[in-house]
Amino acid sequence: MLASGGFISPGSGDFVFKPVFGTSILFTKPVFQAVLAAILVAVFFLISSKKAAVVPSRAQFFGESVYSFVKKDLGEDIIGHEFMKFVPFLFTLFTFIIVNNIFGIVPFMQFPTMSRFGFPVALMIFTYVIYHYVGIRKHGLGKYLKDIAFVPGVPKWIYVILTPLEIATYFIIRPFTLAIRLFANMFAGHLLLLVFIMGGDYMLHNSMVLKIMSPLSFGFGIGLTFFEFFIECLQAYIFTLLTALYIAGAIADEH
Amino acid sequence: MSTQILLLASEEAGLPIIPTLTEVIVGLIAFSLLFIVMKSKVVPRFEKAFADRTDAIQGGMERAEQAQQEAAVALKSYQDQLSDARGEAQKLREEARAQGAAIIEEMRTKAQEEANRITAAARASIEAERQQAVTSLMQEVGTIATNLASKIVGEALDDQVRQSRVVDRFLADLEGSK
Repeated sequence: MLASGGFISPGSGDFVFKPVFGTSILFTKPVFQAVLAAILVAVFFLISSKKAAVVPSRAQFFGESVYSFVKKDLGEDIIGHEFMKFVPFLFTLFTFIIVNNIFGIVPFMQFPTMSRFGFPVALMIFTYVIYHYVGIRKHGLGKYLKDIAFVPGVPKWIYVILTPLEIATYFIIRPFTLAIRLFANMFAGHLLLLVFIMGGDYMLHNSMVLKIMSPLSFGFGIGLTFFEFFIECLQAYIFTLLTALYIAGAIADEH
Repeated sequence: MSTQILLLASEEAGLPIIPTLTEVIVGLIAFSLLFIVMKSKVVPRFEKAFADRTDAIQGGMERAEQAQQEAAVALKSYQDQLSDARGEAQKLREEARAQGAAIIEEMRTKAQEEANRITAAARASIEAERQQAVTSLMQEVGTIATNLASKIVGEALDDQVRQSRVVDRFLADLEGSK
């Protein structure tokens, strides 16, 4: 993107990668990253949990800390007494998302996998299927749908407004926002970094005044990188947290 | 030129909000495989580690408690034994003292009796000897007296001459003194 003419601002085109070989999209960077993330997470946790020692090694301690965090803060505290069967799913979600997100600031990768909308959608499908499935299994299809459509304890005429809203919330808005939130945060964050880094680069190759100003742009880019790290962790947490909340809502006795 | 690139880029990109099916499928598969690994291996291992740790800590505490209880029981039994032993020693000492006193008393009585007996025997023997002496003395005195008497009588009969001499001398003495 070295511009001989005017500055070309980064855009959605920067999120499109040419296949490394062949023509299939299967061989593009985001797909590799998603697979790599799954492999890295699996390998790390397999190694760190291998001994399952009473006195943990450093790796085991770190792995256990992450696992305990998901288990307690996202599982037990939110879902309640039935939480244990959802812990593997929440744990996988959290670790898979956070690693893919952090790829956004890892040198030589520097692309958050989740800024390709397909991946958040894939994860959202799991969440969507699971929370409806456990809700239906617990309450039965009829009662589950009735509880969603007709929230108990409101005047009858409210249902005219509330029922479509509730149905839309449970079946359209929730999954959509869940995937969009993660995607948009990663997309915007990456775009922001691109603007400052590429902007700095453009200024460095331009007039004297802009050359002098360019460190400011780079500095901002570096500062935002730290900020991005925070956002990347936070979004992984939020996605998992919301999944846990949806599951908790689906299996709760009262909606 | 720049607009061309831009156009090219947006053409390739399409709308970023439209998910690519390939990526969705890759995401589904990658996540599923990771989930299987986590569920079948990682989570059970961590849970096992937690359980083992809880067990180790709890077991350790229980063992410590048990040891403490055992120690307390042992201490109690030792103390009981000690106090029993002390009591017994005290009893033995008292018994010994009483026995000693009794023995001394008995010895004293015996000694007294012995002394009395010896004194009495001595006395009796002295009396007997004295009696014997008196008897034998009397007999001897009788014999001596008889002998003496017989001697005196014999002499008197044999020795008229001497007797007349005595009488004469006596008579002479009487005249001389006048």
